[in-house]
Amino acid sequence: MTLILAAEDLSKRYGAQQVTDRVSLTLDRGEALGIIGPNGAGKTTLFNLIAGTAWADAGRIVFDGIDVTGLPARRRCHLGIARSFQIPHPFVGMTTYENVLVGATFGRGASERDSEERAVEVLDLTGLKRKANTLARDLTLLERKRLELARALASGPSLLLLDEIAGGLTEPECVELIAAIGEVRRAGVSIIWIEHVVHALLAVVDRIAVIDFGRKIAEGEPRAVMGSPQVAEVYMGIDGEAAHG
Amino acid sequence: MGTAFTIQRSTRTSRVTAIVALLLVAVLFAAPWWAGRANVRLLGEILSFVALASLWNLLAGYAGLASVGQQAYVGFGGYALFALAMFLGVHPLVAIAAAGLVGALVAIPIAPLLFRLQGAYFAIGTWVLAEVFRLSFAQVAALGGGSGTSLPVGIVAGIAADRALREMLLYWSALAIAVAAVAFVVLLLRSRAGLALTAIRDSEIASESLGIDIWRTKLLVYVSVAGLTSMTGAFIFLQKLRISPDAAFSVNDWTAYVIFIAVIGGIGTIEGPVVGTILFFLLRETLADLGTTYLILLGAVAIFVMLRAPKGLWGLVVQHTGITLVPVRRRVVFPKNS
Repeated sequence: MTLILAAEDLSKRYGAQQVTDRVSLTLDRGEALGIIGPNGAGKTTLFNLIAGTAWADAGRIVFDGIDVTGLPARRRCHLGIARSFQIPHPFVGMTTYENVLVGATFGRGASERDSEERAVEVLDLTGLKRKANTLARDLTLLERKRLELARALASGPSLLLLDEIAGGLTEPECVELIAAIGEVRRAGVSIIWIEHVVHALLAVVDRIAVIDFGRKIAEGEPRAVMGSPQVAEVYMGIDGEAAHG
Repeated sequence: MGTAFTIQRSTRTSRVTAIVALLLVAVLFAAPWWAGRANVRLLGEILSFVALASLWNLLAGYAGLASVGQQAYVGFGGYALFALAMFLGVHPLVAIAAAGLVGALVAIPIAPLLFRLQGAYFAIGTWVLAEVFRLSFAQVAALGGGSGTSLPVGIVAGIAADRALREMLLYWSALAIAVAAVAFVVLLLRSRAGLALTAIRDSEIASESLGIDIWRTKLLVYVSVAGLTSMTGAFIFLQKLRISPDAAFSVNDWTAYVIFIAVIGGIGTIEGPVVGTILFFLLRETLADLGTTYLILLGAVAIFVMLRAPKGLWGLVVQHTGITLVPVRRRVVFPKNS
């Protein structure tokens, strides 16, 4: 069993809008998959379906050999799925350390001392150590994004879902973030990463999938996908045939 | 692994607070020897409101369960005490604790019903529940039906032989309940469940995604608060020696005043309800002779505080001084050289 995630024919409709339209995805253990697509294409909804914060209308999600389609988000977290939110949702009345401790305590359900050690370790990895005792409401946007990553990591995931974690970062910050995510990968965590900052993606992922209007329209080796007519059409509004013709 | 660190859970302020709190409890314990009869009785009432407000604050300020129906449990506790003492011959002081247990048990099947309701609907649901309780107890003829009943003299005399000792025992039970309620809130918030609760208060969706069982955490809070509120209610009506459905399930006495206290003191802080209770009784004792005007003034104070200090008076203190007397925080301390 080398697959960590197999999502089959996932569909989700909000009112008249088909936000996710029969999307299938697979991810190998230790693999990193990038997802790109225009705003409103349904990328975050796809994450919601995988993480369990929204229910799929149809389709099936198998994680680590277990059918998790009917499980609530917290159970999926216990099994090893963690996600960061595109718009950070920090626990504003808690310190950075306490935020991360929540992930370490409830995600893995470890002993108190183990959770504390895990939390500090993650603060170190994500460069938040200096802010450990700062209330989350006093963090900058960038620090909040790091906190999203830190909290998710603290829960001890085997699959990490990152939602536009590099958006708004300066170049040096982006380099730091890529290094941190690279380290997470080396620790054996599988990653799916939604990102508009394409060069950040290309530095990390093995594969890229393109989502548009809720459908997966392309998938494959990153450079090949980025050069494909479908991507040109989605991003540049250029007719694929014409661009290559 | 790598980094050395320690977790600090108390500060110098909090250690001083702990000592002051212990001294205060000792002074309060000795009240029957330094305060007059009427004042001891008043202190007992104040202590019962410290308990009610701290518990409501835990429910609404931390668990986000904004109940306007906690009178359901105050009244239920009172009636449970009367029933246990009158029909089963339980000693009234023992019945206080037993009423708490029964109140908690009753809350277990009620919680899943109420939790189906969100926000304002939840609030209305709790009020409806309290009305159902009031109407139900009004049907119980053995407890005096709609007009209520008094605790038989024999039972009252059974608490203790002479009146002075009886009043002391009653007062000490109020002190015990208030200390238990506040201690419960502090210990809960410092525990693993408290970490979950604070996280839920700040973001439900992030909590759920990080593996917290929101439903169970809220159930734990609702049921334990119901139990302790029932105990407080049992004490209140044991002190009054008389109970009726209208008094027992009064939304004014047991919820409106309690919310007033928590709001002016500071919702979502441990100190707030205590500060609020003191202020409430200061207002009441100085202004109560004014009749209706007193209630208007109370309303005006509430509106003023909500507009000028939405986090309550204690919130204002925290904002300006950064002081927290009760340590629920966890501070990471790294050695100087790391």
